[in-house]
Amino acid sequence: MTEPVTTDTATTAKSGVDVAAFASRRTLVLRRFRRNKPAVVALLLLVALFIGCYALPPLLPYSYTDLDFYALQQPPSTDHWFGTNPLGQDLLAQTLRGMQKSMLIGVCVAFFSTIIAATVGAIAGYFGGRRDRALMWIVDLLLVVPSFYIIAIITPRTKESGTVLWLILLLSVFGWMISSRVIRGMTMSLREREFVSAARYMGVSNTRIIIRHIVPNVASFLIIDTALNVGIAIMAETGLSFLGFGVQPPDVSLGTLINDGKTSVTTFPWVFLVPASVLVLIILCANLVGDGLRDALDPSARPLRRRRR
Amino acid sequence: MSLLQVTNLSVVFPTDAERVNAVRGMTFHVEPGEVVALVGESGSGKSATATAIIGLLPEYAEVSGSIRLHDDELLGLPDSRMSQIRGKSIGTVFQDPMSALTPVYTVGDQIAEALEIHNRDVTRRDARTRAVELLELVGIAQPERRASSFPHELSGGERQRVVIAIAIANDPDLLICDEPTTALDVTVQAQILEVLKTARDVTGAGVLIITHDLGVVAEFADRALVMYAGRAVETADVGSLYRDRRMPYTAGLLGSVPRLDAPQGARLVPIPGAPPSMAALPPGCPFAPRCPLAIDDCRAAEPELIPVGPDHRAACIRTDQVAGRSAAEIYGVSTEPPADIQDADASVVLRVRDLVKTYKLTKGVVLRRQVGEVRAVDGVSFELQQGRTLGIVGESGSGKSTTLHQILELSAPQSGSIEVLGEDVGGLDRHGRRALRGDIQVVFQDPVASLDPRLPVFDVLAEPLQANGFDKNRTDERVAELLNIVGLRREDASRYPAEFSGGQKQRIGIARALALQPKIVALDEPVSALDVSIQAGIINLLLDLQQRFGLSYLFVSHDLSVVKHLAHRVAVMHKGKIVEQGDGDQVFTHPQQDYTRRLLAAVPQPDPNRR
Repeated sequence: MTEPVTTDTATTAKSGVDVAAFASRRTLVLRRFRRNKPAVVALLLLVALFIGCYALPPLLPYSYTDLDFYALQQPPSTDHWFGTNPLGQDLLAQTLRGMQKSMLIGVCVAFFSTIIAATVGAIAGYFGGRRDRALMWIVDLLLVVPSFYIIAIITPRTKESGTVLWLILLLSVFGWMISSRVIRGMTMSLREREFVSAARYMGVSNTRIIIRHIVPNVASFLIIDTALNVGIAIMAETGLSFLGFGVQPPDVSLGTLINDGKTSVTTFPWVFLVPASVLVLIILCANLVGDGLRDALDPSARPLRRRRR
Repeated sequence: MSLLQVTNLSVVFPTDAERVNAVRGMTFHVEPGEVVALVGESGSGKSATATAIIGLLPEYAEVSGSIRLHDDELLGLPDSRMSQIRGKSIGTVFQDPMSALTPVYTVGDQIAEALEIHNRDVTRRDARTRAVELLELVGIAQPERRASSFPHELSGGERQRVVIAIAIANDPDLLICDEPTTALDVTVQAQILEVLKTARDVTGAGVLIITHDLGVVAEFADRALVMYAGRAVETADVGSLYRDRRMPYTAGLLGSVPRLDAPQGARLVPIPGAPPSMAALPPGCPFAPRCPLAIDDCRAAEPELIPVGPDHRAACIRTDQVAGRSAAEIYGVSTEPPADIQDADASVVLRVRDLVKTYKLTKGVVLRRQVGEVRAVDGVSFELQQGRTLGIVGESGSGKSTTLHQILELSAPQSGSIEVLGEDVGGLDRHGRRALRGDIQVVFQDPVASLDPRLPVFDVLAEPLQANGFDKNRTDERVAELLNIVGLRREDASRYPAEFSGGQKQRIGIARALALQPKIVALDEPVSALDVSIQAGIINLLLDLQQRFGLSYLFVSHDLSVVKHLAHRVAVMHKGKIVEQGDGDQVFTHPQQDYTRRLLAAVPQPDPNRR
């Protein structure tokens, strides 16, 4: 690290200089993420689970509704890899079906609510004034609305195919307010920072400043928020399903499966353990990916490879 | 027997990755009534030394050696025992007076608390009376009334006086001051140094002052230890240190200080390179990689402190090469300002007339009503010519930064007019304003805050280019060119700002400002957050750039010596108004206004004979 005194040798750029070598932010983030092995494994696992729950069911001999009367409440075997439930339904098929619903709801809700939170928070915090007051009024309003009752009233009235969409919509709409307040506060302190003024004085547009400077600087919060929201959204859906307001039978979600199995935890553990472990696995993977992304995006986080000096 | 005897003190911070040797074998002593200065750049271990003496290092730090106060060993004492010594035998003054005081108690209570903790039998009433006396001693007007003020109701200088009052409350034997004037304005700095002198005389305490400001050392200290890489490299009494320094590092430090008596455009002597990493020091003299006099013997073994005169020691084997030569000779650079070939009637690039900026003071939560206004900028007028530098000088709160930002906004001011390159910014639409943005750019004070920590250097530099429609190839080309201009390497483009030193970050900030080839560059205290030797390099860079590209600088600073080096014309601001304006040399040598004279007199000069 030397700091040469400028000399007269510094002239205008020579054409033909090798300029392709500049690594931009995206390549650097990718490189840092790839160095984090647990996060990479978790991401691959998550993708595999997501693809698996849609790609596998057509290949299985049983659908999630089929009843096998010769195998009631059977432990895992070669016929039924994860065993069967008291009705003789194949648990693998049921779990996969449940994962379809739960993962879709969890991932979509987490993304949508974080996107809403980031947009609203950044706009309110960056511009301030009238926009801030209007948006924060909406936040206050949504916070005092009893969201649980509204979801409980609306979802049972929806058609079977639309239930998941409605759940995603309602859970996202009622799940972003607290995060957006946090983001608004972070944005307000970022707005005073000199690099934001520098960008303004350089003629960078407001939209671009929000996207390039504000959002990446609150990214670690957004990512943790998304990762946690996946878990929270799946839990919310589970709770609703348990009370009969979420996914309606005969359709299944991980939540209904766990609730079905909970009575026989000690006697027929596989009925409970299979969907429960899948749930734990999904949330664990989401958190590991979140941690890895945060470390990759935040240059002040401990680098995983020791720098040689 | 000395008051404080530190022998062979070392401090090691074991971190996950490496062991950081912050202090490596410091030996010194402080006599009663003596002022000893620890001088050095950031990271030289001076604060770690002081923190080790008061026993406030984090628990994981490994401290060895010996620290004796009145012949009592302090190292190894349990924390409860140290708590009885801190505040009683050792008083401490910190850099930032705002964070050194508790915001929720009145200053009188905080002084009384310091008294009550160490004397159980003192009554509340007595402590209160004593607190008022102490406030009077440190020069706070109306001490009775001000004792019941909260810290936020006092000015920065008054807060620092309160901190000093707390430090001397129990009549300590040793006073440790960690950069006591760094966070303050020049005129206040001088007053605080006076208060510290009074405090020393009243208590008869020995003072250990830690500073990077060689002017403060010259004004205040009796003896100085110059620190580099965790060791003392030269120790001497202040007079002979400034007259006859023997270590090339000291010579470089003194040479890099901007001086009030230098002509405009004079180059400074920067010390090349950056301080070494304290985790992996090279064998031999740690300064050898930056030393112009280094020979092979320097790299073989680390020199001990050897006497070079009465009470004067230097850790260098080439001291004979330093004696009697100027810093410019030692470092082999020329400090001569280049011939000034500016024609007097160069075109005016920026003209400000009667600029006013006020802030409304409002009261009430539901029904806001205006109760008054603060005139932050009150009728300011000046002109900036092509290729020239206008220095705006003033203390904090004088409105100099507000003026600068008002100009940079490129929007119509509340009153008055701003003309950039002949265009009145009040009449600009959005497109015109965007077009003009490329011509006026800014470099900020804090190189850490002004670079987005999440963007690698390439993206930082590419941002203004992309925002103004450069395509990929031209962006890459221009970034490479910019890195070259400010003296950084091409490989640096893919690193994050956090990986650079302060001086390098400021170079990145300058490169970003130059990206669009502006005609005017606004410099908002661009060197005040940097170490002196680094600061010298940046000042030289700014002077070179102005010459090469014919830039016009609008230079805002509180540091008069830096302004003296850079500015052709100077405007002195005070309470929102320009009190004096004129050619740089004239304002500095023949100040017309009383305020200018006071400002100039307050600047600490690295010249102990001035005392």
